[in-house]
Amino acid sequence: MSTASSPQEQSLASVVVVDYGLGNLRSVTRGLERAGADVEITDDPDAFAAADGVVLPGVGAFREGVENADPLREDLLEVAESGTPLFGICLGMQMLLTTSEEGDNEGESAVQGLDLIPGTNVRFAEGQKVPHMGWNELDVRRDHPLVEGIDSGASETHRENGSVEGGSVDGNYAYFVHSYYAMPDDENAVVATTDYEREFPSIVANEAGNVFGTQFHPEKSGETGLQILRNFVEICADE
Amino acid sequence: MVLTKRVIPCIDVDLDEDGNPAVYTGVNFEDLKYTGDPVEMARAYNRAGADEFVFLDITASAEGRETMLDVVERVADQVFIPLTVGGGIRTTGDIKETLRAGADKVSITTGALERPELVNEGARAFGSQCIVISVDARRRFDEGGEHYVEIDGESCWFECTKKGGREGTGIDVLEWAAEAEARGAGELFVNSIDKDGTKDGYDLPLTKAVSETVDTPVIASSGCGGPEDMYDVFTEAGADAGLAASIFHFDEYSIEETKAYLDEHGVPVRR
Repeated sequence: MSTASSPQEQSLASVVVVDYGLGNLRSVTRGLERAGADVEITDDPDAFAAADGVVLPGVGAFREGVENADPLREDLLEVAESGTPLFGICLGMQMLLTTSEEGDNEGESAVQGLDLIPGTNVRFAEGQKVPHMGWNELDVRRDHPLVEGIDSGASETHRENGSVEGGSVDGNYAYFVHSYYAMPDDENAVVATTDYEREFPSIVANEAGNVFGTQFHPEKSGETGLQILRNFVEICADE
Repeated sequence: MVLTKRVIPCIDVDLDEDGNPAVYTGVNFEDLKYTGDPVEMARAYNRAGADEFVFLDITASAEGRETMLDVVERVADQVFIPLTVGGGIRTTGDIKETLRAGADKVSITTGALERPELVNEGARAFGSQCIVISVDARRRFDEGGEHYVEIDGESCWFECTKKGGREGTGIDVLEWAAEAEARGAGELFVNSIDKDGTKDGYDLPLTKAVSETVDTPVIASSGCGGPEDMYDVFTEAGADAGLAASIFHFDEYSIEETKAYLDEHGVPVRR
């Protein structure tokens, strides 16, 4: 019975989780291990270059995140340039864009993101409950290896008993916690959308396809999330 | 496609006589009954379809806190759903180490009432989404409040309490909820001292008043006796999430039964 929690025996790919001093790295690490990765949490740029894939995690505020990650900016840009998969999660995804309204408040100057997926992160409308917090559905708009096996549109499958491995989710529900969302300049950057009074991009990717991100937390999204993490590990293994 | 309502089991964790972490569940307000091992329970709820998991550290000692961070780590390893941890959080350092241990959110009660700046500091450093402000509300039928609602023909206000209701603060819950939101709280966790352990339903007037006061999500807690109570708090009081302990811990209802009921009655849930 306890096998459900043990990492897979064979590692399929080596993945680095970038440690820039914020947030909960433990759950994303566990999720990746569960998906078959050999995970190292580090801020050492040499490790980024050696890994099959790099994850930019994220919980927190844009300004804080960008400022903390700033010493690694060039190294992250090199990862993207080299074609290595770079996966931003939540704030990590927002940091892939050019800038954010969030970094621009309280009279402070704008904060520059990595600009790997040109665009801006904008705040949900006034009067809407923010953060958008909880489980919501993914609507897959185009092919990308990250969403392999994630059906488009409404869920059809239903969990039949409590034995679903790793979690309890079915359909395409994912767990979101955010007050800002990404608005890429290029519509083709949108891989999936989610509806929260408006449709917003919940998965984005660059043109080359090796830089991508999810607004939701796959490591907190039960079985759907684990599928996305497994897809990521596959992408890394193929590199 | 809509945002679903969340069904959340909650455990209260204390140290047993041997200093080992154990889950206790309040029965009839006072008596705490040994309920199980926190890590095992987390694993089971993750598998059973819980939308989130709440872990409240009810130890008071410093040694307890160290042990709890270790338990939080072990619980976090078992759950692939969001984990909120509360109890004894008073500084940004406490927030940081709790998040580092694997929590996705921290729930703060007294620490924020005593030093409201903690909310700003926490939100600024870690993001509003991980700062949950918890209130232990008590009904007051006197003149000390600022915002009144009518309950059974009487004017009532809600007071923030400390120490699980044993100590009043004179602070109006609705004032504090608005202030906490303005300071950056990402979610409000609303407990009711009057309803806690009663199983006769959530405090609907309280929950409704709070959800009408703030735009941030509201988690209703205290008093859940079954799926119907969750239905009421979602449909009548505007709650975004319903928390329950004993009905799940003592197998009176499963998460799945609860969600099936909600689904059948038109409440969107993740199934």
